[in-house]
Amino acid sequence: MPVLYGTHVESALLLGTAGYPSPRILADAFARSGAGIATVSLRRETGGGQDFWALVQSLGARLLPNTAGCHSAKEAVTTAHMAREVFGTDWIKLEVIGHADTLQPDVFELVQAARILAAEGFKVFPYCTEDLTVCERLLDAGCQVLMPWGAPIGSGLGLNNPHGLRALRAAFPDVPLIIDAGIGLPSHAAAAMEMGYDAVLLNSAVARAGDPAMMAGAMADAVRAGRAAYLADPMERTDMAVPSTPVLGKAFL
Amino acid sequence: MQIILNGSPCHTNAATLADALTQAGVTGHIATALNGSFVPAALRDQTPIRDGDRIEALAPMQGG
Repeated sequence: MPVLYGTHVESALLLGTAGYPSPRILADAFARSGAGIATVSLRRETGGGQDFWALVQSLGARLLPNTAGCHSAKEAVTTAHMAREVFGTDWIKLEVIGHADTLQPDVFELVQAARILAAEGFKVFPYCTEDLTVCERLLDAGCQVLMPWGAPIGSGLGLNNPHGLRALRAAFPDVPLIIDAGIGLPSHAAAAMEMGYDAVLLNSAVARAGDPAMMAGAMADAVRAGRAAYLADPMERTDMAVPSTPVLGKAFL
Repeated sequence: MQIILNGSPCHTNAATLADALTQAGVTGHIATALNGSFVPAALRDQTPIRDGDRIEALAPMQGG
């Protein structure tokens, strides 16, 4: 089970709370997912905020507020301060967006914001790319968890750069790594866990499924299967066939 | 005087951030920022506001 900033987390699935057809379906999906961590955000109060606050408190999940939509370190730091007060947690999913079409992080502003927030005692979960140097800088800044993207947010493309993600896993064997964004199918989530990733954070794959609760259950199964497969030490791949039935003792017919 | 509350101009005679929020009917579980800087809940009634100030009042919302 992943240990995130000293907290043992039961499930390796983190689930977002956005884009569900209804609050009831959101609650059902959470129940089916077994996720112990829910991502949330802050937006201008237009009347729905207080109902949502009551709903997320009833999920029984630990909250991970995000800084979604922030484009500068300053904006992200202020949003983190506001989130800490509203949600009563020093955990923050740090997002600093750099590109409108891909929602790629602005890794320069991200590192700057991470340094400021970590120094203030925040437990920073940075949404980053799989770039080894950026990840090293984030660790230097005080992050104890890294959250590289699998693919652009909301795209459902899966793991765009498996080689890079494997290299990141190998480079930081002791750092909790969470695939954040891009997961569309349970097979994507299982693949991440088979690589040795500690957890998967997803939202749209469940919220935008025809049956979100059923998909939440499928994701939970996939994450469990992927983790078990990693721990079971999978066989080596070969390019040529290797007969599984013994050759010795075969009859001459 | 005129202030900008959550992006919309509004008139107020409030002296503090806390008064301005009450007058505008913005209550509940929120966090506030004044001109881009976070103002903790405990300091809202000691935080004066001036003409042209930008106030953000944010509430818990769905997020990924």
